[in-house]
This record gives sequence, C-alpha cells and structure tokens, in this order.
Amino acid sequence: MDKLKRLLAPLLSSARDLMPIVVVIGFFQLVVLQQPIPNLGELLLGTLFVVIGLALFVKGLEMGLFPIGESMAHAFARKGSLTWLLLFAAALGFGTTVAEPALIAVAEEAAKIAAAGNVIENTPEAMESYANGLRLTVAISVGFAILVGVLRIIRGWPIHYLIIAGYIGVIIMTAFAPPEIIGIAYDSGGVTTSTITVPLVTALGVGLASSIKGRNPMVDGFGLIAFASLTPMIFVMGYGMLI
Amino acid sequence: MSVDTLIELWHTLIGTIADVLPIAVIIFGFQLFVLRKPIPHFGRVLAGFLYVLIGLAFFLEGLELALFPLGKLMAAQLTDPAFIASVTHATEQVAKLNWRDYYWVYLFAFAIGFSTTIAEPSLLAVAIKANQVSAGSIGVMGLRVAVALGVAIGIALGTYRIVTGTPLHWYIIAGYVVVVIQTFFAPKLIIALAYDSGGVTTSTVTVPLVAALGLGLASTVPGRSTLLDGFGLIAFASLFPIMSVMAYAQLSEWRAKRANRTY
Repeated sequence: MDKLKRLLAPLLSSARDLMPIVVVIGFFQLVVLQQPIPNLGELLLGTLFVVIGLALFVKGLEMGLFPIGESMAHAFARKGSLTWLLLFAAALGFGTTVAEPALIAVAEEAAKIAAAGNVIENTPEAMESYANGLRLTVAISVGFAILVGVLRIIRGWPIHYLIIAGYIGVIIMTAFAPPEIIGIAYDSGGVTTSTITVPLVTALGVGLASSIKGRNPMVDGFGLIAFASLTPMIFVMGYGMLI
Repeated sequence: MSVDTLIELWHTLIGTIADVLPIAVIIFGFQLFVLRKPIPHFGRVLAGFLYVLIGLAFFLEGLELALFPLGKLMAAQLTDPAFIASVTHATEQVAKLNWRDYYWVYLFAFAIGFSTTIAEPSLLAVAIKANQVSAGSIGVMGLRVAVALGVAIGIALGTYRIVTGTPLHWYIIAGYVVVVIQTFFAPKLIIALAYDSGGVTTSTVTVPLVAALGLGLASTVPGRSTLLDGFGLIAFASLFPIMSVMAYAQLSEWRAKRANRTY
C-alpha cells in the first residue's frame, strides 16, 4: 500500500500540473469555438504520456541533474582553480546552447527575415550561413553570460548592477540595430535556456554559493539564468548590425 | 497504442539524447580530465540522467500528440478575422475590426500563458531548488503561480501589441524601468530568483503554443507582417514574471509586517 502510494504520488502531482492546460483548451474548444474535441483517443494517450514524462523528469532531476551540478560546484570550489572553473562555465553555456532545437528554429526564421529584407542574398547558402552565424553568436553570448555569472558568485557582486548594466546595453543596442532584427533579438533571450540546462546551471550556482564562505545561496546562487537570457539580446543585435 | 506512436516516441528519445550529448560530454570530460575524481553515487546519477531522458521524451511526444495540434489549431481559429467578426457582431467588415474586438484572443493568451507555465518542467526545477534553498519559506506552488501570472499578463499584453502594431521596444524599455524600480524596493533575497524566473518560463511547453498564437495574429490582423510582428511574445513572457515574482515577495513581506503589527 505504501509502495503504491509512493508510485502514484508523483503521477498525481504531474496530473495536477497539467490540469490548467486541459481546462483552458477544453473551455475554448467547447464553449468559445463550439466545436467537438477531435481524436479523443490520441488526446488521452498524449496527456497520459505528458503526465508520466513529467513525473519521470522530476525523479531524474533529484537523482541526477541536481546532484551532479552541486557536486561539481563543490569539487571546483575545493580545487580552487578559477581558470578551470570559468572555462567549465563558458563551455557549459556554449555547449548547451549551440545544439538547442528552439534556437535552431529561431535562427532559421531569422535568416528568412534577413533574406526577405534584402539584408543577405536570397539563396539557401547565404541563409544557412546567416543562421549558423546567429546560432554561434547566441551560444557564445550564453557562454559569456555563465562565465560572468559564475565570476559574480565568486566575487559576490550584487546582481542588480550587472542586470541594470545589461538593460542599458539592450536599450542602446535597440537604438542602433536594424529594426528587422529587434523582435528576434528580444525573443532569443527567452529561448536559449532548455529544460536540461536550467536545473544543471541552477544547481551549479547554488552549489558554488553554498561552498564559498560569505556567500548566501539564496542571494548569490541564483541569477545565472538571468544573465543567460540577457546577453543574447545584446549579442544578436550586434550581429544584426555587423551583417 | 499504435506502432506509429511508438516509432515517434523512439525518434523523440533519439532527439533528446542528441540534445543531452554535448552537455554530457562537457560534464564527464571536466570530471575526468580536470577534476580527476570519480563521480559520487555514479550509478544513481546515471539512472537519474536516464529518467530525465525518458521522461522528457514521453513529455514532448505527449505534447506533440495531444496538446500542440489542438492548441495551434485553436490559436489559428481564434485569430481568424471571420471568427472575431462573428462573435462581436459589431461589424460584418473584417477590415473595420477594432482592437477591442479581439477580447477572446487576449483571454486565450492569458489563459494559455498561465496554464502552460504551470506545466513547464524547467520552472518546476527552479521552484524545487528555491524551496530547498530557502528552507521552505518560498513555496513551490506559490512561486509557480506568481511566475505563471506574470507570463499570462505578459502574453496578453503582447497579443494586444500585435493587434495594435505598436513598437515592441517601447514596451520592453518601460518594463525594464519598472523592474529596476521594483529591484530597489523588493526583499533582497528574492531579487536573483526573480531575475532567473524570467528566463526559465519560456521553454518546451510555452514556446510552441505562444509562437503559433503570435504568428496566427500577425498573419491575420490587417496591416501586420508575420516577419516583423510575429516575434516578441516570448520577450514579453520573459519580462513580466520578473515583476510578478518581485511583487509576490513584496506582498508577502508587507502582509507579514502587517500581521506583526496587529498582534
């Protein structure tokens, strides 16, 4: 009985997390659009998949992603080599972003816009090289962001000065960047951080802040994701100006 | 369950593994060559990674199967000028639609922004961590609801912007000003977490549905171009949670203070 409860509890909590979407879609489909729900069987199967998937993800989070992020943070803090830690931070930021599917989609979309606006030639080659350049730009900017973020945790710089400086950077770049790139640049900040990157990077930050004397994990440990969503905006607008 | 579904699930799993591969290479590379230490509880960590992979594959495949097709279809139908003209009765002429006639779109944007954010796995991860680190004073559900409200307001406002065609950057800059002002008044403990919550909200569940909504609107509202106006909803969705999370903390602090004063 107890075992069954332990097995069912995560499934129930995932089902609860999913309830709002089901209610919203059901309401709009039946009441507002006044149409029947198509493929009810597939819908139920898909919902079951999402519930099982979310429950497994949370379990894996606590067993794998959180512990590895924190244990590496502690190991780096004990090793005491700033260079290696910063290199690791930059590699993690770059590596997790460059292959991110959402970013690949946005980069392709951006290439289409650039070709339509005669910024680049309207050929598949030119568009592909533009999209690859953009992806690389975003990945470098995220690597840079995690590096600066880790340096901030070590030095204990207050986060809001850096964020405000970033905001000023975004505003200045907005004034000079070509208008076609602005929407994509603003959106690229949000799409860079994937479901696997976020828990890893969060655990890294919190682990670092709790293993360095004088740092508070709550005040100093968070904030890496914030940098990772801010720098791509600036870098992508810069890319738009250069090309 | 049909064979097709199983094949699709397999493809999704392969895709997820390909996403994780660079991350795994970096982690294990640094662990082996730089830190030169065995990973503590290696078997458990590996099993955890496996759970994450399989869980994400099921999660994404389930979304593809159930929610995305219906959600995207719905976004297209709701933004269709014919539908909007039919519910408002104000005018039969599509070209004369006013921004006020799009109220179902704003409501849908709000509702879908809220509900997809509650189901977002990366937000759940950050909320669990914040709950652990704050020794329980930040509730997992409380934080998620605060973020989800921020996303809901952000996306609703973002659809209004597409309908009216006002420039994106003015909204974002105004948002920045509010965030900076709030930063100086919000409790210090929440600030970093609030900034983070902007970036984590827009992920696997939210982006596809919100992008469909934005593109649908931009392609049907007269005078908008998909290329120029279709983007920007994600930016709204990552800015507004920062405000709502700080507001949530300010509100809790204020209520705690008031409770102290009366008793």
